[in-house]
Amino acid sequence: MSQNVSTDKRNIFSTVIILVFIIILVRLFTLQVVDHSYKLSASNNVLRQITQYPARGLIFDRNGELLVYNQATYDLMVIPRQVQTFDTTELITILGITREQFDASLLEAKQHSTFKPSILLKQLSAEDYAVLQEKLFKYPGFYVQPRTLRAYPRSIASHLLGYVGEVDDRIIREQPYYRMGDYIGISGLERSYEVELRGKKGVNVFVVDVHNRIKGSYADGKYDTTAILGKNLTCTIDADLQEYGERLMQNKIGSIVALEPGSGEVLAMITSPNYDPNLLVGRPRTANYRVLEQDTLKPLFNRALMALYPPGSTFKVVNALIGLQEGVVRPQTRYYCDGAYRVGRGVGCHSHPSPTDLIQSIQVSCNTYYCNVFRNIIDKFGAGGTEKGFTVWKNHVESIGYGKKLNIDQPNELAGITPSIEFYDRYFRKGKWNSLTIISLAIGQGELGTTPLQMANLATSIANRGFYYTPHLVKSIEGEPEIEPRFSLKHYTTIDSVWYNYIVEGMDLAVNGEPGSGSTARIAAIPGVTVCGKTGTSQNPHGKDHSVFIAFAPKYDPQIAIAVYVENAGFGATWAAPIASLMIEKYLTGTVKRTWLEERMLDAILLDRHDKKK
Amino acid sequence: MTRRSNKIFKWIDWPTVLLYLALMIMGWLNIYAAVFSEDHMSIFDISQRYGMQLIWILTAILIAIVILSIDARFFNIFANYLYFIILLILVLVLLFGVEVNASKSWIQLGSFRIQPAEFAKFTTALAVAKIMSVYGFRLNKFSSYAKVGMVILVPVLLIILQKDIGTTMVFSAFIWVLYREGMPGWVLIFFVFLVGLFILVLLFNKLTILAGLLILSLILFALISRKYRDTLRFSFAIFGLSVLLFGISEFFDLNISPYKLLLIPIGIGVPFALFYAFRHKLSSVLYIIFFFIITSVFSFSVDYIFNNVLASHHRERVNDMLGIESDPLGWGYNVNQSKIAIGSGGLTGKGFLNGTQTKYNFVPEQSTDFIFCTVGEEWGFVGSFVVIALFVFLLLRLIMIAERQRESFARIYGYGVVAILFFHVGVNIGMTIGLFPVIGIPLPFFSYGGSSLWSFTILLFILLKFDSSRMD
Repeated sequence: MSQNVSTDKRNIFSTVIILVFIIILVRLFTLQVVDHSYKLSASNNVLRQITQYPARGLIFDRNGELLVYNQATYDLMVIPRQVQTFDTTELITILGITREQFDASLLEAKQHSTFKPSILLKQLSAEDYAVLQEKLFKYPGFYVQPRTLRAYPRSIASHLLGYVGEVDDRIIREQPYYRMGDYIGISGLERSYEVELRGKKGVNVFVVDVHNRIKGSYADGKYDTTAILGKNLTCTIDADLQEYGERLMQNKIGSIVALEPGSGEVLAMITSPNYDPNLLVGRPRTANYRVLEQDTLKPLFNRALMALYPPGSTFKVVNALIGLQEGVVRPQTRYYCDGAYRVGRGVGCHSHPSPTDLIQSIQVSCNTYYCNVFRNIIDKFGAGGTEKGFTVWKNHVESIGYGKKLNIDQPNELAGITPSIEFYDRYFRKGKWNSLTIISLAIGQGELGTTPLQMANLATSIANRGFYYTPHLVKSIEGEPEIEPRFSLKHYTTIDSVWYNYIVEGMDLAVNGEPGSGSTARIAAIPGVTVCGKTGTSQNPHGKDHSVFIAFAPKYDPQIAIAVYVENAGFGATWAAPIASLMIEKYLTGTVKRTWLEERMLDAILLDRHDKKK
Repeated sequence: MTRRSNKIFKWIDWPTVLLYLALMIMGWLNIYAAVFSEDHMSIFDISQRYGMQLIWILTAILIAIVILSIDARFFNIFANYLYFIILLILVLVLLFGVEVNASKSWIQLGSFRIQPAEFAKFTTALAVAKIMSVYGFRLNKFSSYAKVGMVILVPVLLIILQKDIGTTMVFSAFIWVLYREGMPGWVLIFFVFLVGLFILVLLFNKLTILAGLLILSLILFALISRKYRDTLRFSFAIFGLSVLLFGISEFFDLNISPYKLLLIPIGIGVPFALFYAFRHKLSSVLYIIFFFIITSVFSFSVDYIFNNVLASHHRERVNDMLGIESDPLGWGYNVNQSKIAIGSGGLTGKGFLNGTQTKYNFVPEQSTDFIFCTVGEEWGFVGSFVVIALFVFLLLRLIMIAERQRESFARIYGYGVVAILFFHVGVNIGMTIGLFPVIGIPLPFFSYGGSSLWSFTILLFILLKFDSSRMD
């Protein structure tokens, strides 16, 4: 019985083995003898996959003007295993490189892989390509891969557009879509909208004969995939305004950010000094990048999003709003100022009509007034309530957009700095600090770090009387019904809308007040347009004060909100206010009539002051 | 001296040895053709793989002689020790191993790299034989299965951790051994079914799988119970209800996935079928319901674990190893190249060293896992037939040898050898011609590589040693 079972099983084993191999043999017979399709191409042919790189999406400004387009270029590829002996001298002459460079590249390609294609030489010009194309048949294993490079017709907005570069090992590991030699957006919009802009690569599999000539598509294109073009992107930038702003900021260090209050769209975002985006394209890129990187004025640093400046007197409007909201100051409240706030260490002020009410205090930018307001806020809860008062103040400040990222669609945005209770506890020891020890915050100095974007956003929330949209640079993406919904979400501040009206009046008077009334920014007035603005002169450890100005216009139904920083240039009214005013005039009226002011700004060179002070 | 060597080779099964030598030498020649380059014409050039392979072959023969001169009882007595030593080494590999092709399964010794997982095959075969040959061991209770299962699964687990999926799958071959030693046939069939299902789940969406399992269960029911009319009614009820639900969901724009819509009628159908089974006293229905539930849960968990638990790059790796990515740059490209190479060989092949496909492009593991391409291209169908015939002879011969052992230890080990070799040969050739997903396992005695050649030699010659001393 048991013997029978085991014999059965033995037979089952043998049968299964024989059956499996019969199936394999039948399959082999079909492949090798019956089916001729495998033989047709195979005898002397090899397959080659050519990746179809889709053109990257173009970028337009808000008026449809082209900002970024693509230029054709050619990469010389090599598959080391297919390379046969050839006339090296001729090839390197065509390519215009030395024998050493050539050997090094070929060795590198071999080390990467012998059977996968590597880039031997990047970005051949169309002329070199034309010459090479005719002789390519002499060089089995080499072929040319068309690629595109970015090009910028207007040489503006380098930082916000960003640049593309080759993927590195880390990206390849994390995102399998990319392969060695692929390009990826590294900064700016190129990075934020990489997926939309890049499209999708395709692959064509070709049959190539031993003479390196393409004989046709393999298997009727069964293994081909079509490339999907990158989507075009319309950004919110006004190219003319951007260019104008860049010109105004020539030979100055600083930043301008202009937003459309009704949408949060960025109209212009200037950081100075900057660089020509065409420098970071193609073969000279690495060399140019190195030069820019070593420049002491840091042209690669995007000040609009990353520079942390003290806001200076522009911050008084924030304290005014908080004071009104908390009921510790009324619009009619008047404080006397004799040129300084004389409590504690004291805070100096400048000469102006006194006493002032709240609106006038903004008009003349009275320091004493805001020392009073600030102390009222912090001391609202009486003795021992400093921390509570401070927390109330801080929450309002954060609701206005400070101390956190606004989440603009750009990489590298910084959150800025607002002081915390923990910080002061560490710095002064717990219970050892009060409204007087931190009085600098009253006038926007001290432990505050704000980016120009955050200041422009403050101007926006005032222009809107209490809310802002997340600033963004994308207006529309081709083929997509709408941009991210988060950009059409209103962010309300914790300040009631009514209080904003007083601030707006103050900012109106600061620009449009009568001569002799102490208005700080009369230079920013534009005939026919009601500009509302606030100057700032921010002390900093690096040298002369920064010149700061925030503004929006017109007063009713505002179209533009702006913040300007000019580093180490002095009073806000001297440089930042005129620049902001010119930008507003340019945007609202299309031309600048005040040519005398324009010329003064364009001609000013404010770089050396930075150095002298050091 | 002569007498001693006589003793070593006395009773040795010469047909097996000849098949072994023939396969090894053919493999060597094909490796030469696969990596042939005009700069290194000599087949003895040890800077090339063919030169190295000759060294591996000579050392393998030496190892074979050493094994034949060891007393057969050694392997029985030390089976467990060998098993645990290799386990220990596998753990060490995890800690100190070198990563090659994304699997951390190599140990670097000077300029050589060895892959201990290869040697786990013969030690596990010995350990399985040892545990199953204990007097009174029978595969009729759960504890017996648990013991054998442990012996097989521990190395499997360690090798999975090395991300060497190919070698891991080889261990599934041991199910054959269990079958030979008394496991019921339906378990084997069910196991094969689950393996197939596993691959299908990764290939198709879960709706297709569920519907497929449902239809299969219904067909089984119809065939077993012969109640065709009831089956038909039941099928109409279930599928009609799902179509109806689907219509409703579409009409009201409810966006419920068809998968969930199919689950509702099934949820109603299963209790109904249970009721039916009890009323008509049909135990077969119970089995079929059981089968359906088990396989559905299995496929759902495979799908769930695969898509929700594994990280995306793990998933890609598994997909890659199972060859599921339909990416012509990836596996599909290799298999196609492999098929072109083999297909272009024709009836009689292009002749030695004349394979053009093998010379230029591609198939990256030409001399290791895809060595059969070279056979197919240069020697054609005739050559492939000869190679396959040699393997079939070897396997059948080994079954015969296993069956003629007196000790159950030797017999069980013999079946382990047969199962492992069969799995390797079938899967390896199957994958080069697109019959099986690509998993990286070598063709025994043929593929380039010291570790695999040594381990197969050890595997085979321990059996030959048992065989030659069966008369003692």
